[in-house]
Amino acid sequence: MQARALIAEDEPLLAANLQAELERLWPGLETVANVRHGAAAVESALALRPDVVFLDIRMPGLSGLEAAQALAEDWPDDAGPLPVIVFVTAYDQYALQAFEHSAVDYVLKPVHPDRLAQTCNRVQAALKARQPNGHPPDQAAAALEATLGQLRHLLGTPGLATSTAAPAPKLGVIQASVGNAIHMVPVGEVLYFEAADKYVRVITAEREYLIRTALRELIPQLDDTRFWQVHRGLVVRADAIATAVRDESGKVHLTLRGHKDKLVASRLYAHLFKAM
Amino acid sequence: MTSMSASPLDLTSPEVRNQRRGRFWMRGLRSLGFGAVIGLVITGLTGQSLGTTMVHSICIASMCWFFIDVGRMPLARWKHRNAPANSPEAESHWPGWPLMLVIVVIGSILGFMVGGTLASWLTGLPMPGYLRGSLRQTVALVLTSLVPALIITYWFYSRETIAAHEAATQVAERQAAENQLKLLESQLEPHMLFNTLANLRVLIGIDPPRAQAMLDQLIAFLRATLSASRSASHPLEAEFARLRDYLALMELRMGERLQTRFELPPELANLPLPPLLLQPLVENSIKHGLEPKVDGGRIEVRAVRDGTELVLQVRDTGVGLAGTASDGTRFGLTQVRERLATLYGEQARLSLTACDDAEGGALATIRLPLPAPGAPA
Repeated sequence: MQARALIAEDEPLLAANLQAELERLWPGLETVANVRHGAAAVESALALRPDVVFLDIRMPGLSGLEAAQALAEDWPDDAGPLPVIVFVTAYDQYALQAFEHSAVDYVLKPVHPDRLAQTCNRVQAALKARQPNGHPPDQAAAALEATLGQLRHLLGTPGLATSTAAPAPKLGVIQASVGNAIHMVPVGEVLYFEAADKYVRVITAEREYLIRTALRELIPQLDDTRFWQVHRGLVVRADAIATAVRDESGKVHLTLRGHKDKLVASRLYAHLFKAM
Repeated sequence: MTSMSASPLDLTSPEVRNQRRGRFWMRGLRSLGFGAVIGLVITGLTGQSLGTTMVHSICIASMCWFFIDVGRMPLARWKHRNAPANSPEAESHWPGWPLMLVIVVIGSILGFMVGGTLASWLTGLPMPGYLRGSLRQTVALVLTSLVPALIITYWFYSRETIAAHEAATQVAERQAAENQLKLLESQLEPHMLFNTLANLRVLIGIDPPRAQAMLDQLIAFLRATLSASRSASHPLEAEFARLRDYLALMELRMGERLQTRFELPPELANLPLPPLLLQPLVENSIKHGLEPKVDGGRIEVRAVRDGTELVLQVRDTGVGLAGTASDGTRFGLTQVRERLATLYGEQARLSLTACDDAEGGALATIRLPLPAPGAPA
């Protein structure tokens, strides 16, 4: 069976070896890119649209899990199905358990050829199942929903994506510097937080602030019943959302109370918006 | 030693309070036992009626215990409040001998009088002579209650001091074992180990001589890690060799993303150093500095003499300190600080600073006193 693969692994010897082993076990598999970090993995995958991606969990920049999240959120609707994701890890007490629980395929380092052959068979089966001939579109949708469910589970696993540390004290005010003044913005006035490079944009009904705290550090300090993460770079105050409309690709378009901005919740968080 | 040196016993916990209460009543029971023994001795010496003497001595002993042990409490609490926090006095319920002597004297006189009155009332016999100013009975008071009270107080005190010391020693031993385990776990981190083995497995197939060299380095690193806690010191040269082994394994894994540089002046090569003191610093540089950085960078390990001090530096050009405050770097740093404090006291220091030059990253600096000239290395 012919297929195209992307490998993301920060250790060069291991990356070269994984590619060689894969090509030996699965002669029809063409490695279209072999990259060293998570951001490169997302970029090349979006550009080259492989059928399967092998993601190392610990990589500089974006981790394998963050790269998988970015792929699931940014995968274009017209690009065909999301690639099959296989995680690669040397040892991670949290990851292995989470993988078992959510039936995600993974490979352990050092890579054992028999185990890798098994993975190849499973990936081939998954790719066959999604081939367009004869399969109704709702089956493809079910496959996508299954992948999203797995990712949601992994993203919620303590120690893997979220911190295992004791819950951080909740913030009451956001301290944003404007010129040489510090503006004290009560969190209750914030409509949403949006990641922008190394900053986070803090949007209130009146104006917008920039703070240096990364969104990933900010999220544990927010009350998650009031502030919902709806995208890897977007956290919205739930009671500021007026309407949520799901489109055919699975994204959810949000309008806000008393603010003109339109936001988009990714497929990974679409399950938050259900009628009671 | 910040969090770890905090008293192993939380004085306000219900468990500790229950233990205290238990010991208080145990002392009471033991005092009754002593009263009975004194009663027997007096009966034997004077030939008085056994029953009456026993009632008297048990009543007096229990009252003496009650006044002394209860009298001790407010004084101990008062002392406790005035002692500096974390000092041994602040954690003890013992007010010290001078105050305790006063309590023993007052407590045993009160105990003798109240206990005697109670015993007279119980036995229906007339009030004893000491309440009427009899000299003979006052001497008896001193002999039969004050002296035993002193002896028994001393006995209780030394018993509990020994027990407390034993408990403290056990806690310290357990903590030391736990720390050593954590140290081993952090050095033989499974993620590092399995990734290194994965690289070796690949290398065996494509470059056997290099694989062999790497395996030798892994062996040297493992051996050093396992024996580090057992030897007191090794030469600075050996420390650098172990760091080279470790970083060679990391270079194999990280490829071009890691460059290393070592500076060890020959005249410092033989200075003694606690084994693998710098290892956690180098590991932090890799784990929190260079591994998260997409382009990688450089680690420099340097030893220089500065007057009477030996300065050891680990510098990296990684992502810096901004994001690392909340995660696992503290164990490594705490562990280095603890070792320095144990070995050199106030004379050694460890600092971790961000580098604000163009390359960025972090710099860890250890300052140690140099051994006196002529001292054996």
